[in-house]
Amino acid sequence: MSATSFPAKTKRNAKASMGPYGRVGHIVGELDDRLGVAKGGRIFLDKIFPDHWSFMLGEIVLYSFVVLIATGIFLALFFVPSTTQVIYHGSYAPLRGQHVSEAYASSVNISFSVRGGLLIRQMHHWAADIFVGSMIVHMARIFFTGAFRKPRELNWTIGIIMLVLAVLEGFIGYSLPDDLISGTGLRIGYSIAESTPIVGSYMVSFLWGGTYPGNVIIPRFYIIHVLIIPLALLGLISVHLALLVRQKHTQFSGEGRTEDNVVGSPMFPTFMAKTTGFLFMVTAVTALLGAFAQINPIWQFGSYDASKISYAVQPDWYMGMIDGALRIMPSWEFAGWGHTVPLEVFLPAALFPGLLINLWLLYPSLERKMTGDYALHNLLDRPRLRPKRTAAGVAMFSFMFTLFAASSTDVLANYFHVSLNVTLWFFRVATIVIPIICGFVTYQMCLEMQGVHDFGKRKRAVIVHRSAEGAYSTEPSAPRPDDERVELHPTPVPTRIDVDPLVNMPNGVPASSPTGVRQVTR
Amino acid sequence: MSEHDHEPSRTRVPMPIATLDDPHLGDAAKHPQRIEAIVAALFLVAIVLIAGFGVAYWQNWNPWELGGTLGGGLFLLGFGLTAWGKYLMPQGPFVEERHTLAGTPDERSSMAAALVERSTVVVKRRQLLFGLFSVGAGIFGLVALFPLIRSLGPLPGKSLDVTDWRADTLLVDSNNRPIRRDTLVAGGIMTVFPRGHINDDAGQAIDVTVLIRLPGDQDIVTKPGREDWAPNGYVAYSKLCTHLGCPVGLYEQELELLVCPCHQSMFNVRNGAYPQFGPAPRPLPQLPLKWNDEGFLVARAGYDQAVGPGFTERTTT
Repeated sequence: MSATSFPAKTKRNAKASMGPYGRVGHIVGELDDRLGVAKGGRIFLDKIFPDHWSFMLGEIVLYSFVVLIATGIFLALFFVPSTTQVIYHGSYAPLRGQHVSEAYASSVNISFSVRGGLLIRQMHHWAADIFVGSMIVHMARIFFTGAFRKPRELNWTIGIIMLVLAVLEGFIGYSLPDDLISGTGLRIGYSIAESTPIVGSYMVSFLWGGTYPGNVIIPRFYIIHVLIIPLALLGLISVHLALLVRQKHTQFSGEGRTEDNVVGSPMFPTFMAKTTGFLFMVTAVTALLGAFAQINPIWQFGSYDASKISYAVQPDWYMGMIDGALRIMPSWEFAGWGHTVPLEVFLPAALFPGLLINLWLLYPSLERKMTGDYALHNLLDRPRLRPKRTAAGVAMFSFMFTLFAASSTDVLANYFHVSLNVTLWFFRVATIVIPIICGFVTYQMCLEMQGVHDFGKRKRAVIVHRSAEGAYSTEPSAPRPDDERVELHPTPVPTRIDVDPLVNMPNGVPASSPTGVRQVTR
Repeated sequence: MSEHDHEPSRTRVPMPIATLDDPHLGDAAKHPQRIEAIVAALFLVAIVLIAGFGVAYWQNWNPWELGGTLGGGLFLLGFGLTAWGKYLMPQGPFVEERHTLAGTPDERSSMAAALVERSTVVVKRRQLLFGLFSVGAGIFGLVALFPLIRSLGPLPGKSLDVTDWRADTLLVDSNNRPIRRDTLVAGGIMTVFPRGHINDDAGQAIDVTVLIRLPGDQDIVTKPGREDWAPNGYVAYSKLCTHLGCPVGLYEQELELLVCPCHQSMFNVRNGAYPQFGPAPRPLPQLPLKWNDEGFLVARAGYDQAVGPGFTERTTT
């Protein structure tokens, strides 16, 4: 055997036999034999991500979801979804000897007895707030730049559905610790469902397994919170991202950017490094908030007791809009023919949000109908160039925000020493007037901005001369270094990228050098 | 070696690049060594902090020390990595062509044709089968909803209308003590339950009643027809707000108003808990009271209407 042509098993020979790309090349080859990954994989590594900052907002949503799953798994190991009454014997002295539910006791134990538990619980709550918040900001970006237009209406729809699911998930998760404040929120949720004409009392009886509060709602909410909605969100996020890859990103117009291309950084390594770094930073922000900013200190509220309540009962902020609508709604209960329809609850808390969500879902097709624009769009709009859409969006956001602010009428009245009645009427008027004003001002501002030459670009300073006769004349000042900055014309991702051309060549790289790197700070 | 090695994937493509005197270059890009040093320093601090998190966890330090080290470490690690990507990796701008997703008209009509023609043929020839299958699938669609409806919970029945308050039910406080004439001082307030139901679901949620003693020792008439409902200043109302069922837990003693902390509905205790402010649509139902032979407060009768927020089957009173 030794005389045959088999090469000796040396390290060098082994390496040489693997080809020019060594072990990685070998693994790629083995995978490609079986799955055919090489061609598509290369295209994927070259996939271009636009560099504009606003594309980061969706990443915040995604990464806070990652944090939610990770911290949620931790919490699920210790949380007991049961309303069985026990006597608290944990490490938090003020509660000892009190009748509490198991759900509440286990939540307090996570906070005080499980190592790292309080941090993880607070990270989970903060990540949930960031999840919903960044989702809304992301949605605003999509709306104001017209990224929802054809061909991306489906992704807009999926996004709205995810927003609704996220708000529900947040509300349900907030209810799980079974503390006094979340329990009151749950009671309100029950009464809202109960207000539904005809089916209301059946809905609540089925969901709560009988009368309120019962003992099945916490276990049922638990499985909805840890399995059903997260699974739905996971599926929708996958579709959302798959559609994004299939349809490729939108982009703002600029040098070399057209409807038919995407300009930016390649998936590997540039975008991957940036986005992984961003994942770490989002996680870090939730950890820092969890460490230094207390959120939902349930041990101060006490276990839920349907006969008790505390002052200044407010839901988590994303339910504030519905709460505000409930507060400013006049007390118009319909009663007659042996039946009652609590319009003062059903209209603001069920019908109104339902209509709003449908309006958002339908918006892309409404805009298509109104503008008659059925074309495909990959270039984004500057908001000022679409004054009507921008005004409508600002009006909607100011409407939502006014309703949100209306959810703290009692706190505002107390703080500013005005009567509750004045506060209430202020918000009744403001809910209608503020969106109109904001929409009108936005519309006018958009028109004004359109008229300004080179709007959004840096202005050159002007030197003003005064002659001996007193006449003034102006001349442009000498350009500052940054003034000369123009956008570079994009090039295809080179087949070979030298990553460090400048380091070894202090005098710059010859123009004929076959490297593909440009180091440009933007 | 196959031909693939000579494919363009390994061919070098010349492209215009920036030189160090190029005005496009920012300061950072002109000094990659400096960036590298800064990123390295960030990573070093990150290593110390993340290792510190391990120590903090092992030693069971305070939550803020755990989160501070973890968050600080991860932030610097992420920040360094992002800076690395931004300043020291190929930046472009690179361009990728966008290929039309839509197929050719032929491909489209071919797909539509397959859908329409095949299904028409299949369904039209076998209308009986299609009809039967549709009925079966339709019925399944309906019965598949049954677990959602009838397994989840009981029918509501009268559960929303009826409380455990009956004639002669003894009022007790949360410690199961009955109410005597001197239990409350004038202006005092407490929560009462029907005896035997303090800690059950109904007792907590639907029976919960607020008892107030108004100043003066005379009987209070909150409305015509309720002449003997409030002996010696003791008035009782359902504690469930008629708006959304929050416990009406605040009592403004001077104005004699019960205030709901959820949405600030205010009920005047003296005139039958008429809602004089806020979104609540109805007065709080009043529980008629009397003294029993032993001098304890009992209900003269149950509530004369459903308590709490409205629902379709609630009869109007």
